[in-house]
Amino acid sequence: MQFEDEPLAGENLPILPGHCSPGRFERVLRAGAFAVTAEIAPPDSADPHEVYERASVFDGYVDAINATDGSGAHCHMSSVGMCSLLTRRGYSMVMQVSCRDRNRIAIQGDVLGASAMGVSNVLCLSGDGVQSGDHPEAKPVFDLDCMTSLEMLRGMRDRSQFLSGRALTNPPRVFLGAAANPFAPPFDFRPARLAKKVAAGAQFVQTQYCFDIDMMKTYMQRVCDLGLPEKVFILPGVGPLASARSAQWIRKNVAGVHIPDAVIKRLEGAQDQAQEGVNVCIDMIHELRELEGISGVHIMAYRQEHRVPEIVEKTGVLDGRTPWHPGVEHRRLEAQSTENMQ
Amino acid sequence: MYRVRLWSARNSRWLVHVYDALEKTLIALYPLLSRMGHERLDRFLMLLEKPVKGLLFDSQSCGQCTLTSTGMSCPMNCPKTLRNGPCGGVRADGGCEVKPEMLCVWVSAWEGSRHMREGEQAIQIIQSPVDNRLRGSSSWLRAAKQRLSKNDAV
Repeated sequence: MQFEDEPLAGENLPILPGHCSPGRFERVLRAGAFAVTAEIAPPDSADPHEVYERASVFDGYVDAINATDGSGAHCHMSSVGMCSLLTRRGYSMVMQVSCRDRNRIAIQGDVLGASAMGVSNVLCLSGDGVQSGDHPEAKPVFDLDCMTSLEMLRGMRDRSQFLSGRALTNPPRVFLGAAANPFAPPFDFRPARLAKKVAAGAQFVQTQYCFDIDMMKTYMQRVCDLGLPEKVFILPGVGPLASARSAQWIRKNVAGVHIPDAVIKRLEGAQDQAQEGVNVCIDMIHELRELEGISGVHIMAYRQEHRVPEIVEKTGVLDGRTPWHPGVEHRRLEAQSTENMQ
Repeated sequence: MYRVRLWSARNSRWLVHVYDALEKTLIALYPLLSRMGHERLDRFLMLLEKPVKGLLFDSQSCGQCTLTSTGMSCPMNCPKTLRNGPCGGVRADGGCEVKPEMLCVWVSAWEGSRHMREGEQAIQIIQSPVDNRLRGSSSWLRAAKQRLSKNDAV
């Protein structure tokens, strides 16, 4: 999607009336398009080229890229570092901020820095427990939780002040996001919890992996009854499973991911399990798109990022539009000149 | 104690009344008690508050109690000290992500809230971040003083 006032890579868009960020992601959602976001895996490296390479896989297929913040409590390049590098190239980034590793002083500072580097979207998370990562002996911080960090960042943006009340000279213009897990107990509390996140400032929400459409339907029914889709853009999480074995491993070891037996059976029965994992993901996107109140999908293709273009293309969720990516102007010019020659 | 804590959340319906009565008593006695001076009174009340809440709720004495908004399940027992709801890591059996053998404090909190009058509204109140300076102080005293100043304002 190309807007008329699209500036040069690395610069943000003008903020439209009723918008709160200069980002492309908020523009796409408010324009009513079905948005696609994807998760980028930060490298265990200090080399920026590894970051650029990982991002380029998504070129032309996603509206924003989520940079994870020590996901699974594993140590990787920081989300603020990833976002700073990639916004320089014009990518629309969603900076994930977990409360596990930083207190209120550090989070506020990071968000100011990120906003100065062109980050327009921040996703507030509580964070996975340190026991699940590669440094289980670390001290968990959890000074804030996702709810209070949302409220704090909204205060920085809308009231232009720190949590302490001290004034900012320029507020961070960020579109605020939250996570949701409709697939973990207490199930009937989950829609109310989303309402609470919206009250705390969430403007978009990305969910945990959805492999169970019936559960999602029940959840979305309640979410719609609460009138939440009018206040928050909901992007269910999806992703390709690599094999039946890996699905079983995830089910057993990754807290909060629910994979029904039927999905595992379908993978087991397939000759090419990785391809079947992609097919399951594609079918899920088709089904999710039929639900009321859904604004897009969030693709988490951990170690299978190269599958994202295929998933997006086969589902046709972009409706023929091409999200902006570095070099898109160049390609458009090339296409035009070929047309002219013909 | 873990079992007592679960029992407390299950019995939130009447425990909350006991709590209300306690607060009213404290407010009634406040003019008399306040002669002790704030710090001495705080220490005096903690002699009672700490063991009682420790026994019933495994209270961590954060000094800013939210029990009546969290179905009488103390959120400070959550390994992530989440005070506004469960994280996404709750296991299928309701077990905690970090300590699988423990029932998620928010699973009990939700159950407790539904037993309480207006509990489902109370659990939707956004709790402010913890003020770490208040750790170890009496939240009964703080609640009573807040109620008194509210009454004065009215």
